Amino acid sequence: MRTGGRDAVVLDRDGLDGLIVLLAARGRTVIGPTVRDGAIVLAEISAGGDLPYGWGVDLEAGRYRLRPRTDGAAFAHSAGPQSWKTFLHPQRERQWTARTGPDGVPLVTEDDTPPPSYAFLGVRPCDLRAIQVQDRVLTDGPHTDPRYRRRRERAFLVVVECTEPGATCFCVSMGTGPAADRGYDLALTEVVDDGGHRFLARSASDEGSAVLAELPTRPADDGLRAAAREGVAQAAGRMGRAMPDVDLRVLMHETLTADRWNDVTARCLTCGNCTMVCPTCFCTTAEDVTDLTGEHTERWRRWESCYDLEFTHLQNGPVRASALSRYRQWATHKLGTWYDQFGSSGCVGCGRCIVWCPTGIDITEEAHALNQERAEARQAAS
Amino acid sequence: MNAPAVAAGPSARPAGPPLPYRVEARTVDAPDVATIVLEPAGEALPRFAPGQFAMVYAFGAGDIPLSVSSIEGDRLTHTVRAVGAISRALHGTRTGRTVGVRGPFGTGWGLGASVGRDLLVVAGGIGLAPLRPVVRGALAAPGRYGRLNVLIGARTPGDRLYAHETNNWREAGARVLTTVDRPDGGWTGDVGVVTTLLDRAVFDPPHTTAFVCGPEVMIRAAARELTHRGLGPDRIEVSLERTMHCGTGHCGHCQLGPVLLCRDGPVLDWARAERLVSVPEL
Repeated sequence: MRTGGRDAVVLDRDGLDGLIVLLAARGRTVIGPTVRDGAIVLAEISAGGDLPYGWGVDLEAGRYRLRPRTDGAAFAHSAGPQSWKTFLHPQRERQWTARTGPDGVPLVTEDDTPPPSYAFLGVRPCDLRAIQVQDRVLTDGPHTDPRYRRRRERAFLVVVECTEPGATCFCVSMGTGPAADRGYDLALTEVVDDGGHRFLARSASDEGSAVLAELPTRPADDGLRAAAREGVAQAAGRMGRAMPDVDLRVLMHETLTADRWNDVTARCLTCGNCTMVCPTCFCTTAEDVTDLTGEHTERWRRWESCYDLEFTHLQNGPVRASALSRYRQWATHKLGTWYDQFGSSGCVGCGRCIVWCPTGIDITEEAHALNQERAEARQAAS
Repeated sequence: MNAPAVAAGPSARPAGPPLPYRVEARTVDAPDVATIVLEPAGEALPRFAPGQFAMVYAFGAGDIPLSVSSIEGDRLTHTVRAVGAISRALHGTRTGRTVGVRGPFGTGWGLGASVGRDLLVVAGGIGLAPLRPVVRGALAAPGRYGRLNVLIGARTPGDRLYAHETNNWREAGARVLTTVDRPDGGWTGDVGVVTTLLDRAVFDPPHTTAFVCGPEVMIRAAARELTHRGLGPDRIEVSLERTMHCGTGHCGHCQLGPVLLCRDGPVLDWARAERLVSVPEL
């Protein structure tokens, strides 16, 4: 946490509202949290009034409820049903169009419509890490997803450090929060106390500094810096959940045939909710759409879930036919094989998969159970 | 046609749209298998290596991964079995029509690391397609490798691929053995799984590299048998298959445990592949 940086300044609530207006005036599409349909969702916002001032959330496995707060905080809520991949790696995207040319040869045109210049307001540190995880997947390999890269390169990120973790949060045990230390343009820490409602703000990019310079701010005093530090430190101590303190990659590797997979499979509906809400799940399917004349065709890619039987379809049917194999694929990928494929964990500890699982499957509970089964097997063998 | 067919973007980028290739020739190898020879209609893709694959696009239907069964300059040859909507469309593409191609993708066979060694090619069914460039490459470089064995398994005599060409291989000095699962009236050759041919292959196990492709059950059986016979697991190369939608490592379909098969495969050595194909439904 860089609350002591040279450029740490104080932004009050009007200043935060001004930030939204300023970012929009700079030509950016500002996306932030807002209350809609009984949840805090991410959507385009145009004024401070769109933010969820005074709303918190109660989270448990399979349960999400809005809860009014008396302190009027704007960012005292943890992960909602969406994540920033909705905008950076959208659910449906056209990749190219093709039409039959004069000599019968298809003319293929890549879809290169300029994407919006997004400003994301209220990125939690766990979600910032999730964006960085998707960066590795979609731009760091031998091939780059050109449309993702363009959206990502143009995006302006305003992180808000977490001071109010939910009961399903476990970012501390994944090393992804609740503080943010790099990879953003601006970082805010919300403080509501006797001194008022304000935000400690600091910049980590030229554009971030330019934006701050245009807002009404005042230098941060030591008291506010300490309060911000304390808020984040307390959040770290109030995590609702934790992963077992072992090397999860090794755990997944060593428990591929554990009995516990049968247990969790009895509860898993293979609905794919966890993959939709996960901020790092990136899998997609390619679809071709042809018009009635057959002379014009479009290639779309859309989100796909590894729980779908079609996902692994080969000539003789799906490779992962059983529910066991599909839940195991998802969990071992997140916690284990993601390291092999992309050099990091695929889980950032945001807890969304726990909240939005209709049967309340808890990936931390499953990891603890696998760890215990492995320990018992080792004990029995010794 | 020499006019640029791709209107936007650096077209040879594999994550971009496909390049048009014209079907120059089409031969039917078996009732459900055809080989198409593709010539670039404009710009050509970078050169493919044996074992790599292309994403081949049937206009309006979609694209599927297809290994190259021959590479001559910019000309690509693919052998495709009609099993789904896209492969049926490609299988039925007539000469003169255009398909889209992206690539090259994936790892190739390690022929370069096998100089001076005996070569053992083990193919089941359509698995002979990606291995054909290995055989051709070895025969085109006399003296570069040791003995060349080509063991071929097919469902029926009528399902044998490149039957005329395999005779040429034999005449050029390769030991070519073929077995079928179901013989018909005229078949006097071997019957049974391809591993039964190993007894008659001539190779020195510690100094042999094996290249194996076919149904996964056959790959497992062949690789295990070869290990028993003394080949090192790192000297057994297998080519595996999983669903693929992009070829560029972004769609996630081709995961096999720690491996993205489009990027880290399709050719893997048995030291790495054994566990991956031994855990059911991994």
